[in-house]
Amino acid sequence: MAAKRKNTDATASATRLEALRKTPTGIKGLDALTLGGLPTGRPTLLCGAAGCGKTLFAMTFLINGSTEFGEPGVLMSFEERARDLETNVASLGYDVADLVQRKQLVIDHVYIERAEIEESGEYDLEGLFVRLGHAIDSIGAKRVVLDTIEALFSGLDDSAILRAELRRLFAWLKDKGVTAIITGERGDGQLTRYGIEEYVSDCVILLDNRVEEQVTTRRLRVVKYRGSSHGTNEYPFLIDEHGISVLPITSAELGHSVSQEAVPTGVSDLDDMLGIHGFFRGSSILVSGLAGTGKSTFASSFVNAACGRGERCLYFAFEESPDQIVRNMTSVGMNLSQHVERGLLEFQAARPSLYGFEMHLARMNRDIEEFAPQVIVVDPISAFRGPSFEIHSTLVRLADICKSKGITALFTSLSTSGEQMTESERSVSSLMDTWISLKDMEANGERNRVLYLLKSRGMNHSKQLREYQLTNHGIHMVDAYVGPDGVLTGTARIAQEAREREASLSRKQATERRRREVARKRTAVERQIAELRASLETEETEVETLIEQEETRELSIGSERSEMASIRGLRS
Amino acid sequence: MSEKNRNHEILEKVSDEPVADGFDLRLYVAGQTPKSLAAISNLKKLCETHLAGRYTIEVIDLLVTPQLAAGDQIVALPTLVRRLPEPLKRVIGDLSNTERVLVGLDIRSKTGSRT
Repeated sequence: MAAKRKNTDATASATRLEALRKTPTGIKGLDALTLGGLPTGRPTLLCGAAGCGKTLFAMTFLINGSTEFGEPGVLMSFEERARDLETNVASLGYDVADLVQRKQLVIDHVYIERAEIEESGEYDLEGLFVRLGHAIDSIGAKRVVLDTIEALFSGLDDSAILRAELRRLFAWLKDKGVTAIITGERGDGQLTRYGIEEYVSDCVILLDNRVEEQVTTRRLRVVKYRGSSHGTNEYPFLIDEHGISVLPITSAELGHSVSQEAVPTGVSDLDDMLGIHGFFRGSSILVSGLAGTGKSTFASSFVNAACGRGERCLYFAFEESPDQIVRNMTSVGMNLSQHVERGLLEFQAARPSLYGFEMHLARMNRDIEEFAPQVIVVDPISAFRGPSFEIHSTLVRLADICKSKGITALFTSLSTSGEQMTESERSVSSLMDTWISLKDMEANGERNRVLYLLKSRGMNHSKQLREYQLTNHGIHMVDAYVGPDGVLTGTARIAQEAREREASLSRKQATERRRREVARKRTAVERQIAELRASLETEETEVETLIEQEETRELSIGSERSEMASIRGLRS
Repeated sequence: MSEKNRNHEILEKVSDEPVADGFDLRLYVAGQTPKSLAAISNLKKLCETHLAGRYTIEVIDLLVTPQLAAGDQIVALPTLVRRLPEPLKRVIGDLSNTERVLVGLDIRSKTGSRT
């Protein structure tokens, strides 16, 4: 009994292992979100509308298979001729002709011209099987692509036969043990035009190419994947000169390790305002402010300092060209071109409207992967226009990517007006670990710049509003005057400081005066006291004299009286 | 496609020299399936009836020479290919519908124009 259960357990685990076998596509990101690749030995349906990149996807699968994984492949193309395919992927740097020559790849173009075919009686698609079988066996192919097999439906009349034969074909492919991609054109209300998803049900990947507000974004979704978990979201993907890359971004991850290390800001006065004398490494920093408050200058200072320490920096510029930034920064005493020359600094400039958010993110992710920077700058995030949730999700994921890689990311954001947060600012505020707010103070016919630290997670920081100046040797802070009327800056501050000095002087003088007055009063009073005391003493002496005289008089009266009595007695 | 590699039987050959308006036909099959056999016998019958004396038929078994499938763009089986006269024509199926084979091989219209 126990043995039997053990046995069934073993078979169960064996089948599970079997089910989990996957064939990597070599397409960055896709393997991550399918947890390893396409199901080995099974057909996968790749569907999407025209121009989604189905063929390119399939080609990449084959080419990567032969160049990276040692698995030769067969492409059976029902639409494009071999030569056209070669030309098409040559733009991605793939040398298909060479692969064909080295027997790593077979391209078979199946061409059906309805006009020259007459149907008479029963037939089957054994010819296709023979061709495919021959192609697979001739190079020992492990991967097969049938590029838009549904083209058969337009070439042949009897769709009942076709359907039966397709079902047989997919079963046959499974028997052959080849990992296949079958592409299909998107149909109305179903995944493919002729509903072949009915027959290919192990793994279905949907490609999509949407235009929103004149911006195109390619997206990919794994609709189903039998026997495996997979990422279920829509993921953006890129096709450019680097090939295809899918961006599997999971914003749910918050498990990245954090660093205690401080990264200097590049502005020593700003370092002093932060409790740890810099930003935490791997944190996200937002520098927000109005136009002309020096956001890019702060960003460049940070980059300049980082490159000076030998760190690698990636600068995503969405408003200025790299040359312009380099030129402008020389005016504040920064030579960024030396870092570019040393290969420590790389600019990636693109208009925000060039792609959708997802595309930008995908591109940035790829650039980050390739350049492996320690510091990135995105200047500015406010250049992204669109619904706030999209901006938010894009930036969340960008911030997550940076955090998971320990990259310190500095974002700048252009505020529209003094107090109001822009959409992008509001949506990212909670993401940012440190937020430096740059402000303009306009008064007395001049404009001055102040900054304050809105927040800085995990450290004590200065809460003071500080005036700063962009000088020809960098950014410098000035102690701002904070008085009852608010903050004074520039000449107003200087004037106010002068007034302050004057006032304090006069206050000092007044005190002195009062002190002297009191002293004078004291002497006056003391003198008075002395006088009084003197007069009192005089009085006392007078009184005593009088008392003495009185006593003397009393005595004399007494003696006189006794004298008179004796006289009277004697006479009587 | 060298002659040596060809593994096929030439069912009938009227002349070694191609006739001026001769039909060079090739029938692709895969093994001795009922469909294959039906196609072969249907084709023979049809040629004898309509093209007597001016046709050649090659039967190619793709199970033996699968490499020939791609060259002639074979997808469905059985496939009858008219290599000559130009242009290339194909008829797929077991050729049980004679009418459609004749149309497919442009024989019907030809005979029609003659009469």
